[in-house]
Amino acid sequence: MEQFLAQLAVFVVAAFLGWELISRVPNLLHTPLMSATNAIHGVILVGGMIALSESTNPAITAVCFVAVFFGALNVVGGFWVTNRMLGMFAPPRRRVRRRKG
Amino acid sequence: MQAATFLAYLAAAALFIVGIRRLRRPETARSGNTIAATGMAIALAATLFVIEFRGLLLIGAAALIGAVVGAVSAQKVKMTAMPQMVAAYNGVGGGAAALIALSEFYHLQTTGEQDLVASVTVPLTILIGSVSFAGSAIAFLKLQEVAFTGSVSFPLQQVVNALLFLGILLLAANAVLGGEIIPSLPPVASVVAVLAASLVLGVLVVIPIGGADMPIVISLLNAFTGLAAAASGFVLNNYILIIGGTIVGASGTILTRLMSSALGRPLGKIIFAGIAASGTGKQAPGEDRPVHDASPQEVGEYLADEAQKVVIVPGYGLAVAQAQGAIRELMEALEERGKQVLFGIHPVAGRMPGHMNVLLTEAGVPYDKLLDLEDINPEFEDTDAVIVVGANDVVNPAANDPEQDTPISGMPILEVHRAKKVIFIKRSLSPGFAGVDNPLFYDTEKTMMLFSDAKQGLQEVLSALKGA
Repeated sequence: MEQFLAQLAVFVVAAFLGWELISRVPNLLHTPLMSATNAIHGVILVGGMIALSESTNPAITAVCFVAVFFGALNVVGGFWVTNRMLGMFAPPRRRVRRRKG
Repeated sequence: MQAATFLAYLAAAALFIVGIRRLRRPETARSGNTIAATGMAIALAATLFVIEFRGLLLIGAAALIGAVVGAVSAQKVKMTAMPQMVAAYNGVGGGAAALIALSEFYHLQTTGEQDLVASVTVPLTILIGSVSFAGSAIAFLKLQEVAFTGSVSFPLQQVVNALLFLGILLLAANAVLGGEIIPSLPPVASVVAVLAASLVLGVLVVIPIGGADMPIVISLLNAFTGLAAAASGFVLNNYILIIGGTIVGASGTILTRLMSSALGRPLGKIIFAGIAASGTGKQAPGEDRPVHDASPQEVGEYLADEAQKVVIVPGYGLAVAQAQGAIRELMEALEERGKQVLFGIHPVAGRMPGHMNVLLTEAGVPYDKLLDLEDINPEFEDTDAVIVVGANDVVNPAANDPEQDTPISGMPILEVHRAKKVIFIKRSLSPGFAGVDNPLFYDTEKTMMLFSDAKQGLQEVLSALKGA
């Protein structure tokens, strides 16, 4: 029970934090933000690793293997594609110079 | 060791939060993503110590395959196809959560541990994770235009969904109570049935929703996957899962609300009345009413001679025609003639909020020229020409007409009708996704209609402008 109460406390604080974090974001960044938070829930990979390490039954091992595969795909694909998107928002130096000249 | 991994998880959580904070501004966004990814690397490294390197070979193999598939797909995907890619990554995350919960259920069954928290969170994780997986898969197929495009509905859809949901609850209760409700169904089989039925529910909930509402659905499913990850953190007693998952669940919910309010459509209406979202209230397009059918030359000359301040409003049609490059060239040609060019981006332009910004910046349009709805609307008053490319609903004044009840009523629009001239580059007079005729088309004084594919039309206007 004590363990659950500690978990609950962390859950509630994290929920308020997530709420506050996003309250004011320009539209410009909605898609990258969705994509980045999408990568962050890839943290489920941690769960996949734990489950796979505990497994003794072949069928469950196979299930966990797929879970780890999914989780890694979520993490790597998610961060990678967000990075590509945001690369386009890098300061456009070449164009700034051309506009001034 | 326990304290060390705990601190590492804490550091990872802090980096997630700092990363998201930095994602709120374009200048710092990319570093924010890198910081969050660093947090993830720390969390994963710490987990190796938690599991004391057991099963490392299998974990490494599965993670390597996943990482390679993820990296290659993320590197290769075209930016126009990016929304469905996000849907796919989201879906597999949900699937992972469901599978982990399934294995935990088996684990608890075999060890015979009685855990009240787990008996609630395990079926919940399976339900949310599976719905997210199946729903994302359908969203992917819809956006990729492979299957289920448009709205797919069947009679008594809501009733079927409700019954299915009740069935899932019954199966979950049976699993948790050790097969007491349905004696012929043992707990593990019962929990597998929960997973299967939840997958079906995910499909049924998403198929009636039209393609234009998909971004909201993906955002909602993103929040779902976050919650599923958090729920699995309760079962595994893992704090980084709880924190990471919950932050995504909460921020994803906010993001979904921001998006649906930009569409002017309450979330409940999209989810529970997906059928109403597309098709109802269709009006016959007034093909017989006169319009000002303009040639590219006419448009080019007007832009060259009369227009000093030009606002470009890009829509979904621009993305479909891959005309981002052409629109940047037009912007540059106008600027060479000393004209001011701005872009008005409706919150739902493209396929996701912000998607149009991504496409245009990829094509080389500086992002400080891309103005949001609130910032661009005051600009229209002294604008000489608005070029609307492949958009309709987002500039339709009918949305603000209190006399009319249309599917888009109440949606904030770009008030292009307040500018001196409006030039539509559009394939035909057909109304947009919402099926509402646009009165602006028939204002022959103000409006020029250039009937063409977005890319071709822009290129012809560009050469006419250069010749003028």
